[in-house]
Amino acid sequence: MPVILTTDALIFLLIAVALGYGVYAAQHEHLRAPWRSVARSRVGVAALVVIGCYVLIGLLDSMHFHPRVEPVAASSAAPAATDAARADAGGAAAAPMEARYSTQVLSVLDVILSGLRERQEKTFSAPFATHLFVKEPIEQPDGSIVRGYPPLEHGGAHLKDPSRRGFDIAVRTVLGAIKGLLVWMALTAGLVWLVAHARGETFNDGASAIWQARTTVPWRVLLLTLAVMLVLGFVAAELAAGYHILGTDKVGEDVFYQSLKSIRTGLVIGTLTTLVMLPAAVILGIMAGYFRGLTDDIIQYLYTTLNSIPGVLLIAAAILMLQVYMTNNADQFASLVERADLRLLFLCIILGVTSWTGLCRLLRGESLKLREQDYVQAASALGVRHGTIISRHILPNVLHIVMITVVLDFSGLVLAEAVLSYVNIGVDPTMNSWGNMINSARLELAREPIVWWSLAAAFVFMFTLVLAANLFADVVRDAFDPRLARVR
Amino acid sequence: MSAYIIRRLLYAIPILIGVNLITFVLFFVVNSPDDMARMQLGDKRVTAEAIQAWKADHGYDRPLLYNAQAEGTDKLTDTIFFEKSLKLFAFDFGTSDSGRDIGYDIRQRMWPSLAIALPVLLVGLAINISYALMIVFFRATYIDVGSVVLLVAMMSISGLFYIIGGQFLVGKLFHLVPISGYDTGLDAFKFLILPVIVGVVGGIGTGTRLYRTFFLEEANRDYVRTARAKGLRERIVLFRHVLKNALIPILTGVVAVLPLLFMGALITESFFGIPGLGSYTIDAINRQDFAIVRAMVFLGSVLYILGLILTDISYTMVDPRVRLS
Amino acid sequence: MTNALLEVTGLTTELPPSRGGERPVRVCDDVGFSIRPGETVALLGESGCGKSMTALSLMRLLPLGGRIAAGSVCLGDQDLLRLTERDMRRIRGGRMGMIFQEPQTSLNPVLTVGAQIAEAVRVHAGMPRAGIGARVVELLRAVGIPDPERRAEEYPHQLSGGMKQRIMVAMALAGDPELLIADEPTTALDVTIQAQVLQLLKGVQRERGMAVLLITHDLGVVAETADRLAVMYAGQIVEQASVAAFFAGPAHPYSRKLLESLPAADKRAGALAVIPGRVPPLDQDFTGCRFAPRCFRAMERCHDTVPGWLDAGAEQRVRCLLWEAGTPTFAPVAAQQATDGEEAAASADALLSTDDLKIHFPIRRGLFKRTVGHVKAVDGLDLALYAGRTLALVGESGCGKTTAGKGILQLARPTAGAVHYDGVDLSRLKPARLRPYRKDLQVIFQDPFASMNPRMLVEDIVGEGLQALGIAPGRAERRQRVAALLEQVGIGEQALGRYPHEFSGGQRQRICIARALAVEPRLIVCDEPTSALDVSVQAQILNLLKRLQQELGLAYLFITHDISVVSYLAHEVAVMYLGRIVERGSTAQILGEPRHPYTKALLSAVPVADPERQRDIIRLEGDMPSPANPPAGCHFHPRCPEAIEDCAAAYPDERRLADGRTVRCIRVQTD
Repeated sequence: MPVILTTDALIFLLIAVALGYGVYAAQHEHLRAPWRSVARSRVGVAALVVIGCYVLIGLLDSMHFHPRVEPVAASSAAPAATDAARADAGGAAAAPMEARYSTQVLSVLDVILSGLRERQEKTFSAPFATHLFVKEPIEQPDGSIVRGYPPLEHGGAHLKDPSRRGFDIAVRTVLGAIKGLLVWMALTAGLVWLVAHARGETFNDGASAIWQARTTVPWRVLLLTLAVMLVLGFVAAELAAGYHILGTDKVGEDVFYQSLKSIRTGLVIGTLTTLVMLPAAVILGIMAGYFRGLTDDIIQYLYTTLNSIPGVLLIAAAILMLQVYMTNNADQFASLVERADLRLLFLCIILGVTSWTGLCRLLRGESLKLREQDYVQAASALGVRHGTIISRHILPNVLHIVMITVVLDFSGLVLAEAVLSYVNIGVDPTMNSWGNMINSARLELAREPIVWWSLAAAFVFMFTLVLAANLFADVVRDAFDPRLARVR
Repeated sequence: MSAYIIRRLLYAIPILIGVNLITFVLFFVVNSPDDMARMQLGDKRVTAEAIQAWKADHGYDRPLLYNAQAEGTDKLTDTIFFEKSLKLFAFDFGTSDSGRDIGYDIRQRMWPSLAIALPVLLVGLAINISYALMIVFFRATYIDVGSVVLLVAMMSISGLFYIIGGQFLVGKLFHLVPISGYDTGLDAFKFLILPVIVGVVGGIGTGTRLYRTFFLEEANRDYVRTARAKGLRERIVLFRHVLKNALIPILTGVVAVLPLLFMGALITESFFGIPGLGSYTIDAINRQDFAIVRAMVFLGSVLYILGLILTDISYTMVDPRVRLS
Repeated sequence: MTNALLEVTGLTTELPPSRGGERPVRVCDDVGFSIRPGETVALLGESGCGKSMTALSLMRLLPLGGRIAAGSVCLGDQDLLRLTERDMRRIRGGRMGMIFQEPQTSLNPVLTVGAQIAEAVRVHAGMPRAGIGARVVELLRAVGIPDPERRAEEYPHQLSGGMKQRIMVAMALAGDPELLIADEPTTALDVTIQAQVLQLLKGVQRERGMAVLLITHDLGVVAETADRLAVMYAGQIVEQASVAAFFAGPAHPYSRKLLESLPAADKRAGALAVIPGRVPPLDQDFTGCRFAPRCFRAMERCHDTVPGWLDAGAEQRVRCLLWEAGTPTFAPVAAQQATDGEEAAASADALLSTDDLKIHFPIRRGLFKRTVGHVKAVDGLDLALYAGRTLALVGESGCGKTTAGKGILQLARPTAGAVHYDGVDLSRLKPARLRPYRKDLQVIFQDPFASMNPRMLVEDIVGEGLQALGIAPGRAERRQRVAALLEQVGIGEQALGRYPHEFSGGQRQRICIARALAVEPRLIVCDEPTSALDVSVQAQILNLLKRLQQELGLAYLFITHDISVVSYLAHEVAVMYLGRIVERGSTAQILGEPRHPYTKALLSAVPVADPERQRDIIRLEGDMPSPANPPAGCHFHPRCPEAIEDCAAAYPDERRLADGRTVRCIRVQTD
């Protein structure tokens, strides 16, 4: 039974908005041209592929449902096959027998990764380890108890001979790489056929055009990036079926699984925040600049006041208040997931409140300039009404600023999430996020030898996304702001 | 000049009133003092008496806006709004929920904060400006391209990792300086080195990139062409003409954040155990000490507005085109 | 051409491909000319022809990515293109100085002008530190800056445009150059200031025996200041001649058309000559004459033979195949038929009139935005516009003429006074009541690039008024009417589905005219509609405006600073100075025999494209005062060469002279 969380709904709304914008942009040359130049930039295309992979995972993680509860007898039968892991027993055995649907909320990604999700260890284990990271009393077959590193329940459990681990990893890596390359070749063939078709060439000519980078869109870069992502993905999947490739955390949860689950949180914060603040920033900014006078004074007062409160403190205050509210009204929330989700949404809103002022000020300045433009004057002379002037002359001419801001803000927001979660004013502690991963891992930094894998995993996943987003933002800005492009 | 400053200070009043109202609504209207008491006392099934006692202890046992039971002016003054919000205007921050004098704490803790934030700002400024100038000097060469890639990569790393990485490398691996802690006087130096380095390195990505665009924007202006047409050396064109113009936005941007330096660096301070205002704030947030958070919100706003005023004044000092009106 | 100071041969310069292009743009192609010591050579051409890039190539100051692909530039016996950058720096500002078009942006805003000149002195003069200050003052005095000691301490923003250009000249003189390159030195200045700067340039040139390379688009400036000229078209020099020979008979068809397209009083009766088409893009290889596609004398061969240099007289050489077979015959200039008996008398009733119109902009200061003063942009304006006639509102920048136009259109609401139209006072109508009148009063702006929303299709731009005023609410009907309008202005209906950036400046201005015409106005305010355009394009627009007036009986308020356009187009002229009209009358009266001292000075400062014509320039001192704080009495008296004591007492009343004109000057006798 599908469940639509509030953020899910907003994500779908965002996709609808993005699609609408896409259709609109395709019809308008002034929007199409900069996007075309984004598509022709090698960096832009490569970044786009990486971001695309993240978005795909995030979307899979945004389709939630209550899993059907099978009768206990059937639980030995494998549920949906996954490419990531051997399927294990069905999800929520704890749910009452008579209910047809569990109260648990799962996402499509959870199903795909159900292997990873369910193979919990007792506590820490290093990447690719076969034994726990900490010594525990182990009961020997003879009944005596020895302190040692107990073998993991799942990680490397398929190995009959632990010394052959290196060989097994190599085999799995090669296997994964081959699978990845096969899929890549299939996709490449499809793409080459399409490109060749569009250029009116034979398949071979199309392929060589792409390979020699003679196409306007740098397909070669796209394909190479895609190859890297696919190979990495398949190798990881192959290995993850047998090991905890990024280790496990304190309660034995797979870090790789946590990292993947955190993607949605990062993306939601990065995008929904902008979506939430956009209407206010755009409407107020344009109104202040266009109407000037008292309207301008009020709006300026509003954003100066909001801006003067240190952002972190405003967020802290708001989140603390939310916590108070949530503890006192715990019964209003159907489930922990829903509660965490609402907190996430609230965080987006409050982040939006602190970040709309910058865009608003930019738009105010631009509208002030635009209203003195000859074409706006000409429209007034033709008796065009204010509303029409704003929607027809002002708005389309500030849209590029909005676009640039949205893209530029994204990476900053992803980074902000980590810091806020670290201070405990970010997302709910039960929610997977990179910030929470870092937060829980730093407590273990003092441990000797150091437990580094949670930090490293969060770092790599975050860095990749933010770097791609930053590079992409640069390309978008250059394409939309010719003044800056000239400077470069 | 002084008339101008006074006028600007008067401008600040309505803004501070706005801030005050927002915090008041956030802290006392969205959740009543009862809610806070329940939260602080930890248990949902606390008795009404316990709540009352907690409120009385912390001075929350008054009406919000209007005290009908009090006499005369007390009707207005013996209220939460007056006691907890309006008194902030006199920088009377009251006592924290754990019973300490917030004003005293702030006065004690702002200096360690400054001891980190100021070196980070100054050293960072020097490094960022020099690096950006170097990139512009070598623009459109591999140094330029490589630097930009490096800068983008650096700014894509979360600040948390700079701190963790710095602590790990310098402190744990090489045992050069203590990882955390603080001392008074000159002894503070060895505790400050690491956080300052981390702060500076963490800021290079964003800072240098921003300054680079400032410099490039200036380097494309007509007067630079004029300067070259005079036969000046590229170095002089860059240092005398471009730098001088680009310094205007840089310096005024720095002036804007100067007052906020007192607020400290939240994460850095708590990581390195520096007893500054940043870690004070974090601790307050973690302990859910609303009195302190409220005080810091107000203080932050005051300092922000002070920064705005200083920015305007500094413009009139460094930019000959702007004169006080 | 022996002992040339500067000898340029085969100079070829390339800029990186423009956006979307793949091939480099060859902005200078095989450019060659020479300059003798002490001589002034003008490089003449329309925008985008490569004349500025030629100058920058000589200085080796090309923008990033630009490169000199071939050629040599010899200054004396040094080939500048072979020098190291270090040696080249010694030439720049030393043997070769340069001044630029925009004095506003060409000076460093955060350094005092004295410091900026001192820099140049220090690099080249090689004198002791102590002497530098004195040298700076001396240079400032040499370029006619009053009170040079004080001025040296000031920042560029404290100086007027004319002063800044003088500072630029002083800076260029610091190294005692043998050659001064002046890139459109007066284009951004008003005519009276232009006259001052040109006179200054001539003066210093005479004193120092310096050669000048003058880069300009203004034939009048060339005729007055240059000894020889080279005409550039699409990256190439197409004609070189002495100024006398050129104006006596331009040899290249392009030069010829350029001269013919200049508006003038004696061409009033007919249409101006135009050059069809537009300049070809420069990222291609030319296999024929690059002017051939637009040439009225193009032959078959012109399209596939690149013309070489041919002699066209003793002091004239041309790149045109017509001259292969000896001197070609050109049709005599201005042989067009008179198209109308145009000077029809004004109809009795004014279509629109203003009565003491005032537009003041408050200067607000302080916490409560107290009004501490007013910029009196328009300060008592009386005008009358008649159907089918053109009133030219003439004045220099800052005199309030554009604001006056906006006030009449109610785009800037008047502070006082009235705008009478159709029996109502427009200035008192509420916006909603005003809307019906919008239809009758329209406007065309100066900058064709800023006056159209770049995000809209031409169809929607032209149809905007039809839609807003409910004239043609249906889309199909609107489309039909817009197509007809585009046809009427000579664009054609294929423009409907295109964006403004796909059109050239002249075409855009036509579209703007179509937009104004769409609502069938009775009056159009033309705010400098041709001053951003090249002369050949300007001629097209002027022809169009003239034709439309005759066909539709439109009244024009033509706001301009260009006297030649006035002489060609206007029936009446009103001269504005600091918010008020100082003299008003028929075009013939005002231009033929100006009476107000300002009008006289203004007209005398206009350069004429005829080297034979000698004239005395009445030199005005200083700059126009600020409209926020106009001088007491007659606003003009501090600069007026004829001023007497009484002029400072009160603003003069309007006097009507016997010939019907009105003047505001107590020195003018009413006789």
